[in-house]
Amino acid sequence: MVSVDSIIGRNSLHRKVQRSLRIQKLRALGLIAPLFIFILISFVIPIGDMLFRSIENQLVSEVLPRTTEYLKSEQINEDWEPPNELFWHLYVDLAIAAEVKLHTRVGSRLNYEKTGISSLFRKSGRSIKRFGADDYRKALTDQIPELTSIDYWELLAEGTKYGYTRDTYNAWKKRLIENDDFSEKTKPSDFLFVVLANDIKSSGTTPSPDTILEEKLLPVISELPEIRFKELFLETDEDWAEPDVWDTIQLYSPSFTNGYYLNSADFKKGSDGPELRPENERLYVLIFSRTLFMSVTITMVCLLLGYPVAYFLANLPLKYANLFLILVLLPFWTSLLVRTSAWKVLLQNEGVINDVLVAIGLISNLERLELINNQTGTIIAMSHILLPFMILPLFSVMKTIHPSYVRAAKSLGATPWTAFRRVYFPQSIPGIGAGSILVFILSIGYYITPELVGGTTGTFISNRIAYHISSSLNWGLGAALGSILLAVVLALYWVYDRVVGIDNVKLG
Amino acid sequence: MTDKDNGFVVFSGVQKSYDGKILVVKDLNLSIAKGEFLTMLGPSGSGKTTCLLMLAGFETATQGEILLDSKPINNIPPHKREIGMVFQNYALFPHMTVAENLAFPLQVRSLSKSDQEQKVNHVLDMVQMSDFGNRRPGQLSGGQQQRIALARALVFEPELVLMDEPLGALDKQLREHMQFEIKHLHERLGVTVVYVTHDQTEALTMSDRVAVFNDGIIQQLDAPDKLYEAPNNCFVAQFIGENNTLEGTVESFEGDYANVRLENGQVISALAVNVGKVGEKTLISIRPERVETEAERCPEGAQKITGEVLEFIYMGDVFRTRIRVGSNDEFIVKSRNSPSQQRLQPGEMVTLGCMNKDCRALDYQTVNKEVLT
Ligand SMILES: Nc1ncnc2c1ncn2[C@@H]1O[C@H](COP(=O)(O)OP(=O)(O)O)[C@@H](O)[C@H]1O
Ligand SMILES: [Mg+2]
Repeated sequence: MVSVDSIIGRNSLHRKVQRSLRIQKLRALGLIAPLFIFILISFVIPIGDMLFRSIENQLVSEVLPRTTEYLKSEQINEDWEPPNELFWHLYVDLAIAAEVKLHTRVGSRLNYEKTGISSLFRKSGRSIKRFGADDYRKALTDQIPELTSIDYWELLAEGTKYGYTRDTYNAWKKRLIENDDFSEKTKPSDFLFVVLANDIKSSGTTPSPDTILEEKLLPVISELPEIRFKELFLETDEDWAEPDVWDTIQLYSPSFTNGYYLNSADFKKGSDGPELRPENERLYVLIFSRTLFMSVTITMVCLLLGYPVAYFLANLPLKYANLFLILVLLPFWTSLLVRTSAWKVLLQNEGVINDVLVAIGLISNLERLELINNQTGTIIAMSHILLPFMILPLFSVMKTIHPSYVRAAKSLGATPWTAFRRVYFPQSIPGIGAGSILVFILSIGYYITPELVGGTTGTFISNRIAYHISSSLNWGLGAALGSILLAVVLALYWVYDRVVGIDNVKLG
Repeated sequence: MTDKDNGFVVFSGVQKSYDGKILVVKDLNLSIAKGEFLTMLGPSGSGKTTCLLMLAGFETATQGEILLDSKPINNIPPHKREIGMVFQNYALFPHMTVAENLAFPLQVRSLSKSDQEQKVNHVLDMVQMSDFGNRRPGQLSGGQQQRIALARALVFEPELVLMDEPLGALDKQLREHMQFEIKHLHERLGVTVVYVTHDQTEALTMSDRVAVFNDGIIQQLDAPDKLYEAPNNCFVAQFIGENNTLEGTVESFEGDYANVRLENGQVISALAVNVGKVGEKTLISIRPERVETEAERCPEGAQKITGEVLEFIYMGDVFRTRIRVGSNDEFIVKSRNSPSQQRLQPGEMVTLGCMNKDCRALDYQTVNKEVLT
């Protein structure tokens, strides 16, 4: 029989156990929390940001909302001509953007896709000020002086009649506020008067509460010369007549784009889907395959050089092994830059190695070896720098292989070579696996050494990424290249897991 | 040593030093007959493994010669010596299955596939592991791994098998079982076995002869019963079984016997096994079960030793009585729990009795008790 007491006792015991388990869990969480937060901030979020940037493309539609909206329904082909109305929208968009210099950013963004657009936008941003909007301002404010005050415009914007004016005014105001440039003393920009005049003209005959405004302004407006936007834009730069320019703007108006990825794979966006770039513009597939090839080569070189060293170290008495291990680690104590520069000294045309080879007569003075500023240089220097990452896991795995295994093999009749091949080597594979994956992953993303000794033919994809991040400022492309690199590494890791098995990787 | 020239394995004046300073093996002369089960017994660090490694060819003798079947083998590499070896950690290849492990020595000898299979199955049967051929060593228990290691050392039918503390990692029960099985296999196959252990019970129960090692020297080489009952020196007496020692000085000799005066003035007659001249110090060794607490129960001619009871320990089938004799207050008497056996009280004075042939006067040397454990 189970008494009531014992049930209560059981439950409270259960609760106590639960509580102490919970406390334990919380404590464990507390211990990992700092690292977790650190990784979140310094790793997960930046990678997420990178992935986002590689597809993000809001700038164009944000800065040129009217133009892109209008282009949506256009079928652009070689015979297409930009209609007048398009230039009107472009004028308004550019005028707002030019107020805070945003038009240059859109120009640079579009310039990644089609060279020349950057200067087109910069020029046009400057020239729209001379399109005659100041005449409109003068004429209108002569009639209604209150129009010079921002308060009057606020009132106008509250009304519902002049929709286009209201929207334009609000967009203009928003940009200024974003830029901290807006106050009660701000003067309305000239182009706003053009927009207002246009609105009044098109809605002139319908009766409304604003009839006074219309009565006063309509006569003046009809006397003002009409601004011929298309002509003016084409005068500024006849590229505006090119369907290609408009095609580019249209292709990049959506908020998200696969353009960066296409670019990374030597494709480009065309109006009928992705198309391969012309031969002379292809770059990234070559660099990606070069990066992979060189990383594999470096890994193999490290393995070939490191395996005997690790074997030697692992079979040395401990006190000597420690000494030699320090020698292996010594490179870590000198700066990477210093080591790489040392390789420059050694490998260059007039460098130590060439000098010695010439001095001992192995090569003649005229045929000095090209050891630097090419793939050879990168492979030599990087193999040296990454060698410890191969030796250490190999060493620590070999250390755990008891000498009795090889002895057993020999006592069973195996020659030293057979004993090594069939007994020692298979047991050292986890070390090879760990060392190789370490060296490979480190080298595939290496930057500084290829930059310094790689010249043009020995650089890695990371050098291109760095170029886009810090020089060309095409962050989207840099992010796309980085994301592809990440994906390639993950894919290789997966293949590696299938082939070698990740449980076969041991660091000691 | 005996039949030196016709021994199957002969160590002749072998010395070994790892560092060029300390001799780990000092002067090893040993002859092992074909089919013999010889055990090297000694405390840890006494050089047993080193001897085995030299025989197997993994270490070279610094001096001296090792003969196998009358041929010097100093310059023959290990893989050509045809010596089976069982390692303390078994050294089963972890990346191969049990069957692959067993086939390994056959493969390197280029046997045909069918021969390999047949021999592997045979040897698996022999160690009663037929169902385990496809397992990895890591999936076997310690005892099973032990059997496979044994099978692997036997599968290529070597004439000589070396075993370095093969049972050291097993628990007591399993160890005793495996001792029996190894002994049994040895009798069945007739191979020569050189066995290394630091466990004296193991050595005594399994071997034809035991070589007791200490400090790189064979202290005594004898059959197990001789070793226990007639130790030649103090180290062997102490190392094998339980032992009482009494310190004294030689007074005179009477035939094979020496009269030894203890520190408290008592004179004891003991077999003069390993003593110097009159006036020199000696240690008398007496086994605890060869002493009677009642002198009257001894046969005619027993001698009497007096002492004071310090402790009485009841152990079921036997009693252990700790007695102070002279300056030794660790003198143990082991008596059978028979109806007539009296139980002594601490503080009582007793007269112990023992035969003088059971007292052995040995070399005077202080033996570090810790070495013996
Ligand atoms: N490879 C070695 N290098 C140097 N000294 C060793 C080596 N192997 C063993 N020794 C030393 O030799 C002595 C005997 O060792 P060993 O033969 O293993 O003894 P045992 O097997 O009887 O315990 C020990 O003092 C040990 O420290
Ligand atoms: Mg040993």
